[in-house]
Amino acid sequence: MGVFDLSLRHKIPLWGSMLIVASALAISTALMFRAYDDLRQDLFISTESLSHTLATTLFPLLLHDDLWRAFEIVQAPFHAELKKAPFEAESIFVVNDAMQILVASDPLRLPTLSDLGSIDPEYRHLAAELRKTPLTTTHAFDFPDARHYYIATPIAEAGRQIGILVISHDQAAFLQRFLDLTVRSTLIGLLVVAVILPINWYWGRRMAEPLVDLARGMDALMQGKPALLLAAENYPYRDELGQLFAVYREAAAALNEKALLEQEVLSYERLAAVGRLAAGIAHEVNNPLGGMLMALDNLKQRGPLEPTTVKTIALMERGLQQVAETIGALLVEAHVPIRPLTGHDFDDVHTLIGPQADKKQVALDWQVEPPEKIDLPAGLVRQILINLLLNAVQAADAGGRVGMVASWTDKALMLTVANTGAPLPETVRKHLFEPFIAGREGGHGLGLWVTYQTVTQLGGQIVADWLEGETRFVVTLPLENSTA
Amino acid sequence: MHTKTILEGCNFGRRKTLGLLAALVASYIGNVSTAWGGVKPLRVGLTPAFVHDEYGMLEEWRRYLEAKLKRQVEFVMRDSYRETMDLLRLDKLDFAWICDYPFVHLKDQVRLLAVPLNQGRPFYRSYLIVRANDNARKGMRDLKGAVFAYADPYSNTGYLSPRYQVRQLGEDPAHFFRKTFFTWSHRKAIEAVATGLAQGAAVDSYVWDTLSRLRPDITGKTRIIDKSAEYGFPPFVAHHAVAEEDYRAMQGALLGMRDELIGRRLLDFLNIDGFVVGDKRMYDDVAKMMHAFGEY
Repeated sequence: MGVFDLSLRHKIPLWGSMLIVASALAISTALMFRAYDDLRQDLFISTESLSHTLATTLFPLLLHDDLWRAFEIVQAPFHAELKKAPFEAESIFVVNDAMQILVASDPLRLPTLSDLGSIDPEYRHLAAELRKTPLTTTHAFDFPDARHYYIATPIAEAGRQIGILVISHDQAAFLQRFLDLTVRSTLIGLLVVAVILPINWYWGRRMAEPLVDLARGMDALMQGKPALLLAAENYPYRDELGQLFAVYREAAAALNEKALLEQEVLSYERLAAVGRLAAGIAHEVNNPLGGMLMALDNLKQRGPLEPTTVKTIALMERGLQQVAETIGALLVEAHVPIRPLTGHDFDDVHTLIGPQADKKQVALDWQVEPPEKIDLPAGLVRQILINLLLNAVQAADAGGRVGMVASWTDKALMLTVANTGAPLPETVRKHLFEPFIAGREGGHGLGLWVTYQTVTQLGGQIVADWLEGETRFVVTLPLENSTA
Repeated sequence: MHTKTILEGCNFGRRKTLGLLAALVASYIGNVSTAWGGVKPLRVGLTPAFVHDEYGMLEEWRRYLEAKLKRQVEFVMRDSYRETMDLLRLDKLDFAWICDYPFVHLKDQVRLLAVPLNQGRPFYRSYLIVRANDNARKGMRDLKGAVFAYADPYSNTGYLSPRYQVRQLGEDPAHFFRKTFFTWSHRKAIEAVATGLAQGAAVDSYVWDTLSRLRPDITGKTRIIDKSAEYGFPPFVAHHAVAEEDYRAMQGALLGMRDELIGRRLLDFLNIDGFVVGDKRMYDDVAKMMHAFGEY
């Protein structure tokens, strides 16, 4: 993996740091070159002005051969109080036309009347240069391999030259001074870089973090598992990155929707399979059912029967009739005659639920106004009631209560099934009438869905609520055909 | 007290001019305030044998003399012997502390007043000095062809005496040295050798000795290779025109200094032990040397 493949989290701060360091270096280098030039210029300018002052003062003294005062003058710049001058000369001396030293600030090294050229090779070079160069004003000598800068000024008045004043500066001292300056500015530069680098690092990571998160999100998206992007949630800006996040959110939402749709299709598929299975079973059940109903009919024809037997036969007939109707509903082709709802249907349901309630020790509070005859398919209403009541008995705790109230007007039948069990959990309540949502352990979640489908088929409504410690399902079925 | 004294030999430095002005102003103020204002002030020339950064002490000496003489006293300081000699010739001074060489020069204009005691005796010498690390030179003969520093053309120990020594060697002092120059003070002549500007110099023994105590860092860079015979110490002289009673009064004031506490303190400051009457003959050797150069 090359440097260019690094994560932006590292790459942005890294590039930023490199840029900062490169800029700092470039600026420092430029400034240093400039400082070197300025320093050199300052050296020559300040020395030139000193040279003029000294030359003017020295002229009459040399003219009168006043060696001592001339010595005091060339020594003056070295007095203790002037030691701190920005450019301290190494030595100041005067030579005559024969390149003999007349007076020097350092007479031990440059004795009076000695030949300049005899001191050392560098002075020999200087003497040769001075002989070659006719001086009319201050002139700087900076010849190669020299360890000093020499600034020479003619000591002359009205065209009469009586000597040359030379001020020498140690190049090493000059370079040391420049070095000090460099070290100082380098330290300042490092300090600035030390302050800027962490800021850059922080900014770079801050910049990279959402991008990295987005990349992670895109990766998850590609695998069809859209992830929640924290960075995206915390990114309120409408810049390019913000737009990218918006697009990502849209894509993720679309993907979620598609997944949901696929799941729905899957459950419908499953239901369709169940339906086909049920239809098969219905066929198998339908034939023996017809036989059983026929047998009961024959039994009734056969003559006087005991009243209990008659009642039992009627019950069995209605039950088998309901089975036949249910089966008929499943078998589109089977045209089972639909029987209207009567008071017997409620009694039957009571009789059917009773043992379940007893088994669970749940009190059954039954308030039904037995109707003459209601123009609603008895089978479907019984199915609704049985489903709701079985659920209620299951939901009620032992020693609890299940209530059933049936009332009607000439417009609608209203059925209320209540139980004192624990209220439905919020998650269940949200998806109450959807298939495969089980409200309790072991349920397959189809009961309420079938009930809902049935109620809807009858043009009615079903609502659930929790009131006064009871879970209550209220079914309202319109009596459209009850005008008779 | 010695440690504070800065001597310049028989000469004044140029930088003392400011101090001179201060002294003059001080004496002027004294003029107005003193009780003996009406009488002509006594003017004392200090070319001289010493000088100082501590003008306060000089002022004290002046007041001391005023108190003793009950007359106004003015100190007149000049940079070179020549100037003080001119002032004496022009009758601008009543008294002066001058070098022995000028004294002999001016013998017709002045009379000996008092001679300071240097290390207990009214004598001093000329020291021939070279740089301390110059071991090759052991006497005047070895300085032939050297750069040589003289103190003042009217100094005995710093000019007359060394030239006489050269002459004694059978050489012409005008050509014996490669180059000579005047530093206009003994102290600076010592510095000229110490810094290496001159390879040799002849200086006042009193100045060298005193400086060796005050600034051993300077004298430590020099080495005495020869000492001359003794000469009479630079004397205090009185102009011939000075009245006898003024002469006596001034002489008494000077001679009496070492008998008083404040006087001794001032002598200490001048780094001398007192004053004696002295004798003109003490300066005969100077006259002899001058004679050798055809000056007498």
